[in-house]
Amino acid sequence: DKCVTRLEQLGYRVGQSLVERFTKDSPRFKDELDIMKFVCKDFWTTVYKKQVDNLRTNHQGVYVLQDNRFRLLIQIAAGKQYMEYAPKYLAFPCGLIRGALSNLGMNCIVTAEVTQMPACKFQIIIQKS
Amino acid sequence: MAVCVSVIAKENYPLYIKTIPTENELKFHYTVHTCLDVVEEKVSSVSKSVNDLRELYLGLLYPTEDYKVYGYVTNTKVKFVIVVETSNTLLRDNEIRSMFRKLHNAYTDMLCNPFYTPGETIKSRSFDKLVLQMMVSEVQS
Repeated sequence: DKCVTRLEQLGYRVGQSLVERFTKDSPRFKDELDIMKFVCKDFWTTVYKKQVDNLRTNHQGVYVLQDNRFRLLIQIAAGKQYMEYAPKYLAFPCGLIRGALSNLGMNCIVTAEVTQMPACKFQIIIQKS
Repeated sequence: MAVCVSVIAKENYPLYIKTIPTENELKFHYTVHTCLDVVEEKVSSVSKSVNDLRELYLGLLYPTEDYKVYGYVTNTKVKFVIVVETSNTLLRDNEIRSMFRKLHNAYTDMLCNPFYTPGETIKSRSFDKLVLQMMVSEVQS
């Protein structure tokens, strides 16, 4: 559990740096949705070589990102035997998203969820200040 | 001929400020501080108008008798401010733009240093060097 927290913190720091680099040449973002789209498209493509497959929102500060073939899980996706290790692999990406968003001015809580192995969902809850 | 270069965090406190050594450095601190209001105004007005370029470079913030103040805001709301002397007419908008670009590059490089904690005062030597170079080389040109 300690290592999950640590991984998340590492991800947070990396996310902050990466987003500073990636947004260097992009125009200013209009709103929250614009930022989320950036994370799903450009950010995800640069980090995981593919876009997020599905982005859903309730327009009240909750976003769900779904990736059907998440890169960090593909290698351990055959069968169910590594299911219990999945949270460890997802801690870093969670932190990555949180770091990226917080540096863009959105404080949030990110949780991951796996049901069927290479696919996973990230739930993002925006904290209203 | 940049006489003052500064970096301001997203919460509006200074991360870095470098001025040419004069007796009234405090004046530059003051100038930079006052320009934050103009930056705020520009950023919020831009977001309202629909088909705008939404550039990171804000252009001339305001001219005073002796100095011109230019601003730049990154996507992460970190502000860069460069003050140049009004008497220096060699500097065109393009040059200022490229200066900001260089500054932004240096800043991102600095941020990617794992030993730097975001939000801390900038002490990076290479960043320092670039800023100094920016202030000196312009003096010669």
